[in-house]
Amino acid sequence: MKMAETFPFTIEQFYKFVSERKLMAAKCKKCGTMLLPPRPMCTKCFSSDLEWVELRNKGKLLTYTVIHVSSKQFESLIPYAVGIVELEDGPKLPGMIQDVEPEKISVGMSLEVDFDTTIPSEWPTWPRYFFKPS
Amino acid sequence: MGKPLATIVSAGLSKFGRREGLYGRELFAEAAKEAYDRCPNLIPKKDIKALFVGHMGESYEHQGHTGPTLADWAGLLPVQATRIENACASSGVALALGVSAVFSGMYDIVMVGGVEKMTHRTTSDVTEFLAMASDFPFEQWHGITFPGLYALMATAHMHRYGTTEEQMAMVAVKNHHNGALNPKAHMQKEVTLEKAMSSRVIAWPLKLYDCSLITDGASCLILTKPELAKKFTDTPVHIIGSGQASDAIGLYEREDITTLKAGKLAGQEAYNKAKVKPQDVDIAEVHDCFTIAEIIAYEDLGFCKPGKGGSLVEEGATEIGGKIPVNTSGGLKSKGHPVGATGVGQAYEIYLQLTGQAEKRQVEGAEIGLSHNVGGSGATATLHIYRRG
Ligand SMILES: [Zn+2]
Repeated sequence: MKMAETFPFTIEQFYKFVSERKLMAAKCKKCGTMLLPPRPMCTKCFSSDLEWVELRNKGKLLTYTVIHVSSKQFESLIPYAVGIVELEDGPKLPGMIQDVEPEKISVGMSLEVDFDTTIPSEWPTWPRYFFKPS
Repeated sequence: MGKPLATIVSAGLSKFGRREGLYGRELFAEAAKEAYDRCPNLIPKKDIKALFVGHMGESYEHQGHTGPTLADWAGLLPVQATRIENACASSGVALALGVSAVFSGMYDIVMVGGVEKMTHRTTSDVTEFLAMASDFPFEQWHGITFPGLYALMATAHMHRYGTTEEQMAMVAVKNHHNGALNPKAHMQKEVTLEKAMSSRVIAWPLKLYDCSLITDGASCLILTKPELAKKFTDTPVHIIGSGQASDAIGLYEREDITTLKAGKLAGQEAYNKAKVKPQDVDIAEVHDCFTIAEIIAYEDLGFCKPGKGGSLVEEGATEIGGKIPVNTSGGLKSKGHPVGATGVGQAYEIYLQLTGQAEKRQVEGAEIGLSHNVGGSGATATLHIYRRG
């Protein structure tokens, strides 16, 4: 497989896929463990025989909060909701929940992934994914 | 009961609070001075062979390399000095390393401690510095703050177990009551349930009074081999259990976010070493960086069943005079949370309680104590168990 050479199993590469509107995880070919964040080695069986798999952009909200005091970077968005979503394919990811009033958010609700592909000019040059009601 | 691993012969704590015009190293000297004054038979420069200090953030004071700096200000040069950074568990880890160093026979006498100077910075700067204890590319990058992580745990705990915002506020009311009895606490004043419940939202469901205080402070202990302790004090406190565990830095990677697995495992390790059960514990200082964290700690440490932490505080079991008094010092909530100083600051309160020096907040007849210190949203936890000597 040339895949690993072209697309290393790194956080940087995860975000390159996000800029292409794709949510990708590394999967261990030996034991099947899904690695998100992706990493250079399977931390369950220690194999480095991995592959990138595209995840379905749907999931359920496990928990959430509405942030009223943030660091400077996010002050213009206050109040904003963030949550942890369990994706249909298994891995869990945290992120902002947009396009919904905070009062209408509830644990267990179905959400889908969307992308803000704006790339910052300074490190970290990562775009963002976010969640919205499906 | 387990054999002592190491013995505390003295302890010191700076006044916690807004210590304007003072640098962190000066607060550390204040704590060290108290420890030396308590222990006149000790010649610090000659007797103390190593210093382990917890210090979380060089950003606060633009000062790194704090191991030797603090050794200097404590009058300990040229002692071997090491700074430990494990977020809010930095000095809990310093204590665990100090215990190991003494228990292994490497050194007869060591000092452990911690320091943080935080109040001179803006809330938004402190919010950013504290967030560094979480997973940058997936948590901070998506706007998750440090209170936000505990808020995610609180929402999950409420959803699964029916824990209420009132029960969380009751933790704050209790800890403020205790802090009002502690002359070294940052905030020595009572808070009503109504006031806590109506305070402004920081990260829903956590409000201002669910959050610990940004504080300046320093703490230290002097540890020795159990057989040497009598040379320095008539009131030794033995450390009979020590445990530490780690978990994924990202909260989202954990199997279950209604519990802190590292805290549970550190607890089991310490209970096993100490040969002590949760019901044997007379007094505990637990990591209440947020009120939900104290409720989860009750459950993780076996003071009640999973999901029953909210009712435990509601029943008054964790008040002074209750079945298991928790955070008699006022806790991080009211005594304050100078992050690097916190773990050893908790040990200081247990030391006072087990030597009968806790004045108005003294728990009568306390023999066995416990301190529980958590780093970040639970990627590090340490637990220590103490017995009156
Ligand atoms: Zn594997």
